[in-house]
Amino acid sequence: MESFIFAMFNGVLYGMLLFLLASGLTLIFSMMGVLNFAHASFFMLGAYFAYQISEGLNFWAALIVAPVIVGMVGAGIERWGLRPVHRYGHVAELLFTFGVAYVIEELVQMIWGRVPVPYEIPDAMSGALFTWQGFDYSIYRVFMLVVSVAIFVALFALLTYTRIGLIIRAAVSDPIHVATLGHDIPRIFMWTFGFGCALAGVAGVVGGNVLGTEPAMAIQLGPIVFVVIVIGGLGSLGGALVAALIIGIVTRLAIFYDYGVGSLVLALGLEIDTAGMLRDFTRITTAQVAPVLPYLMLVLMLIFKPRGLFGTRDV
Amino acid sequence: MLEVRDLHAYYGKSHIIQGVSLDVGAGEIVSLLGRNGVGRSTTLKAITGEVEPVGTIMFKGEPIAGRKMHEIARRGIGYVPENRNIFPTLTVRQNLILGIKSMREQGRWSIDDMFQMFPNLAERADALGSVISGGEQQMLTICRTLMGDPDLIMIDEPTEGLAPKLVEQVSGLLAEIAKRGVAILLVEQKLDIALDISHRVHVMGHGKIVFEGSVSEFRANNQVRKEWLEV
Repeated sequence: MESFIFAMFNGVLYGMLLFLLASGLTLIFSMMGVLNFAHASFFMLGAYFAYQISEGLNFWAALIVAPVIVGMVGAGIERWGLRPVHRYGHVAELLFTFGVAYVIEELVQMIWGRVPVPYEIPDAMSGALFTWQGFDYSIYRVFMLVVSVAIFVALFALLTYTRIGLIIRAAVSDPIHVATLGHDIPRIFMWTFGFGCALAGVAGVVGGNVLGTEPAMAIQLGPIVFVVIVIGGLGSLGGALVAALIIGIVTRLAIFYDYGVGSLVLALGLEIDTAGMLRDFTRITTAQVAPVLPYLMLVLMLIFKPRGLFGTRDV
Repeated sequence: MLEVRDLHAYYGKSHIIQGVSLDVGAGEIVSLLGRNGVGRSTTLKAITGEVEPVGTIMFKGEPIAGRKMHEIARRGIGYVPENRNIFPTLTVRQNLILGIKSMREQGRWSIDDMFQMFPNLAERADALGSVISGGEQQMLTICRTLMGDPDLIMIDEPTEGLAPKLVEQVSGLLAEIAKRGVAILLVEQKLDIALDISHRVHVMGHGKIVFEGSVSEFRANNQVRKEWLEV
């Protein structure tokens, strides 16, 4: 039970980090129809900027400044890159963001090199906040959880209770009509894009020092974020939250309880020949399966429920 | 106030609007009549900028053709589309708030005005836009556009598919809009309503204006009615 709670804690933590990334992506996707392939690259930029700023100043300055810079970079790319490409349709936009992802990766390698940079957890937050039933709950991981939950609450409040939030939600379903009411849709697109990138930047700041800050981090996390928004349902922030938590928890539990397939079958009371023809199959462990699970869920979701858990329109 | 001269518009290669000219004066109600598919809705969309216009469109003495949609709206042109685009995930009240262009300036309409005129909407203020009736959605769409305080409102088929009692309410609202000095360009299928409230009438056929005149001139002209309106 204790270990289950610890695994759940890590699962929720990973899930909330995925949500920070997915929330921006789903806003951009549902509003502009742009599948921003470069979204995880802004996560990576967040981590690298945070590393650089913590070197010069400190982690707290990085937590504020890095996402702002990432947001400005994102807004600039939308304004001077994506907007002119927009008239050539969604395929051109997708290819554009695909290119941006590689440009960012190469730039990062040019500036910071191919090996991971030493972006560390701040000293003040290393160590355990408390130890419970033999498991250390580190200060920093609890902090990550607090930051991501706070951002979820702030985002939810922004979209629900403010006028700009109303305009964004309306523009998600019908941008043309919102424009006839006198709202500047291209400008709203630009800032939504920048804001979504800034959210990914926050995830990079708080996650980069735990997951490792290296040029491959965007490519590693990028695809799974798409899985989150498809499973959650396009345009649904609540759906993105639920899907991110499901994927976070399922993958962490599978790694934590590292059962072999053979022993699972035996535990179910079935007989299996662990030395015969199926020998290699029975050696597979759930930890090995864990990275595939999200994509399996994606495939099943697209077949059986293409609108995702809470989506209102097809992919 | 609104002067349209030799307006053309295209959907792909089809030439939908072929040289339309029309005027709407300040505080005037003008109806745009015609059978389905003659280009009435497209004319409105070309004025809002949703469909690219070719030709001259002047509003309050300034050219607006080619300007961005939100700029045209901010100059004072309100538009109520035919398909009642209620934002389904927003409540009735939020839909109204969305219509406000600037929180700083108080326009001639307030949310309370709307609720007073339509007690139905007041009762359902916190209901989602997707769950209210078709009639309520129609009221809400018009009210939402009014919240932006337009000087000219273009309304596309406001009574289509509504029960007779609601049709009466809509024409009451149109009268109230005119009373507050807002000009109306109305696309309406129901002749009696259009003629009842309009000052002037334009009839469209095949992408062109085929008749233009006062309501009494229109009533006296059976030929136009037979050729361009009756099915």
